[in-house]
Amino acid sequence: MIKSALNVVTVEPRDEMAGETAAPLVELVDVARHFDVSPPWLNRVLEGKGRAVLKAVDGVSLAIASGETLGLVGESGCGKSTVARLIVGLYRPTRGEIRYAGRRIDVDGARHAARREMQMIFQDPYASLNPRWRVADIVAEPLRAAPADGRPARAAIGERVGSLLEQVGLVAADGAKFPHQFSGGQRQRISIARALAGSPRFLVCDEPTSALDVSVQAQVLNLMRRLQRELGLTLLFISHNLAVVHHIANRVGVMYLGRMVETAPTKALFAEPQHPYTRMLLEAVPDLALTGKPRTAVAGEVPNPLDPPAGCAFHPRCPYANERCRREVPVLKPVRRAAGILGEAACHAVQEKRLGSTVVTQMTMRDPG
Amino acid sequence: MAADALLAVKDLRVEFATRQGTLVAVDGVSLTIAPGEVLGVVGESGAGKSLTGAAVIGLIDPPGRIGAGEVWLGGRRIDNLPPEGLRRVRGREIGAVFQDPLTSLNPLYTIGRQLTETMMTHLKLSSSATRKRALDLLAEVGIPAPKRRFDHYPHQFSGGMRQRVVIALALAANPKLIIADEPTTALDVSIQAQIIALLKRLCREHGTAVMLITHDMGVIAETADRVAVMYAGRIAEVGPVADVIHRPQHPYTQGLMGSIPSIIAEREELAQIEGSMPRLTAIPAGCAFHPRCPHAFDRCRRERPELMAAGRTRAACWLVA
Repeated sequence: MIKSALNVVTVEPRDEMAGETAAPLVELVDVARHFDVSPPWLNRVLEGKGRAVLKAVDGVSLAIASGETLGLVGESGCGKSTVARLIVGLYRPTRGEIRYAGRRIDVDGARHAARREMQMIFQDPYASLNPRWRVADIVAEPLRAAPADGRPARAAIGERVGSLLEQVGLVAADGAKFPHQFSGGQRQRISIARALAGSPRFLVCDEPTSALDVSVQAQVLNLMRRLQRELGLTLLFISHNLAVVHHIANRVGVMYLGRMVETAPTKALFAEPQHPYTRMLLEAVPDLALTGKPRTAVAGEVPNPLDPPAGCAFHPRCPYANERCRREVPVLKPVRRAAGILGEAACHAVQEKRLGSTVVTQMTMRDPG
Repeated sequence: MAADALLAVKDLRVEFATRQGTLVAVDGVSLTIAPGEVLGVVGESGAGKSLTGAAVIGLIDPPGRIGAGEVWLGGRRIDNLPPEGLRRVRGREIGAVFQDPLTSLNPLYTIGRQLTETMMTHLKLSSSATRKRALDLLAEVGIPAPKRRFDHYPHQFSGGMRQRVVIALALAANPKLIIADEPTTALDVSIQAQIIALLKRLCREHGTAVMLITHDMGVIAETADRVAVMYAGRIAEVGPVADVIHRPQHPYTQGLMGSIPSIIAEREELAQIEGSMPRLTAIPAGCAFHPRCPHAFDRCRRERPELMAAGRTRAACWLVA
């Protein structure tokens, strides 16, 4: 088992980012997660209602290289949080493979060892900390849960908790307090300390700063960047806030209705967005630098995920959609940017070169109202 | 204070009586809004921005109360009106849009009924004219097929569409002022862009002034004419939006602007204001920001600064005195 984990180091890098030549630490291959949201059996019989399946994630492939921060963005319901939960094993995939360090972790029995190397940080620091536990116990939990052979001695745990709290900008004495004695930003620091307790290699952060005020968000983002640098962590950073992802990620994946529509190194993605949905998102973000600029809004809303459009799911909102887009689901293919071949996009229009690389302002539509 | 202001708030103080004593959540806030102007009010949670909006519209719930100050709308004082008079001002002269469209709409009534009821209460119109105006409004806020949607219930609309209905409701009686408290916070970015564009266009066309309360500087940057930055219940800085964003004078505004990640600028490290906003029970003496301020000196700890002209804005800071 250990041998096979070390052997799979010959996967091609996804793009030409510097230093990204190692094998992916985490890899998803055509992963899907469907939820059965059918009405109860009696209603189906009496009211003639059919079964209903929600395809929260529908065929996502991605690779996260060791030491990289992959940002995952998209609007609510696009499946980004489901991807996070699939990776850490809170959901089982309906289809596809999830690998960690080359080994499949989506099958029973295989998950356990990898799980010790990954941790998750959640959005709401109020809900994710047990209000009845002292902070020291919260942070020590991953240490105490470690298997007996790797578990540190009781005294060593106390010491380690103190140094973890200091690492995230709190003081060791804070361990004696309860979560309610801390502000939102401080609680998120406690969540981070807890996540770091088991010395993980891989952190999954699901909207870790979305519940925080901007000045506090800046503190937490700076902290996460510093810790990542110092500890060589690999991060999956999920957020609906493009500016936050721009700040923290090396590479970004954009999701729409359960599918990945574009991935690229952060700079390339923000400089030259390819997929019409990515362009639309970037257009829609209000930014301080744009004072006075008329805001271009895009028509339409995310369709009902229970009844997604045929072909490309974005076609009803896309000004470039043609017959092929309505029929055929596009797949991710590498795209050419000014800086070379970087990233991938799942769009017929991009692949057929029907739209250039910098036509952002022409394609977005005004508010229809 | 400008004589031609549509809304003038003078020395507003909102306080809460608790067993531990009186907590002052809004302390000596003065601001004006000209007809047709969009004033952004920003601040982090607990800064008092929502309470300022609620005080203008007379919606401070006990144990909260307006402890001092005056609210003038179109030359008339409205904060001391009896409940019935205030109710008439609300809706007729001031419309409101809140963060969560689901809680602003009655789930048991069709949106058509809610719209016509609002109009009947405030405007003298025949029922057929009311219905026609309601349909026009729904079309104006971008609801597709308004005739069919008229008889739908709120749960049959998506979040963005619901917020459009709420905006239609706010505009129903042609108010001169709209208080919009985090109107786009619950919405996705693409829908948020639609709602902002809509609010801007409608206010321009109707000449409605807006008090836009939000924590999102990006929204303010694209929408507001002027902006007031609040901290711990007071206005830290107020001025034209471009000046406050690009040439902030108050150290808090400077820190706030630097801490916002951008999709354009490349920043290695975000500017960081250490600590967090003080609790209402422990607002520091002198300038409330001094414990977090990198430039604080002796006077800041002793004496509370009022708003003073600084550059092209006005800032409550001894540095600019």
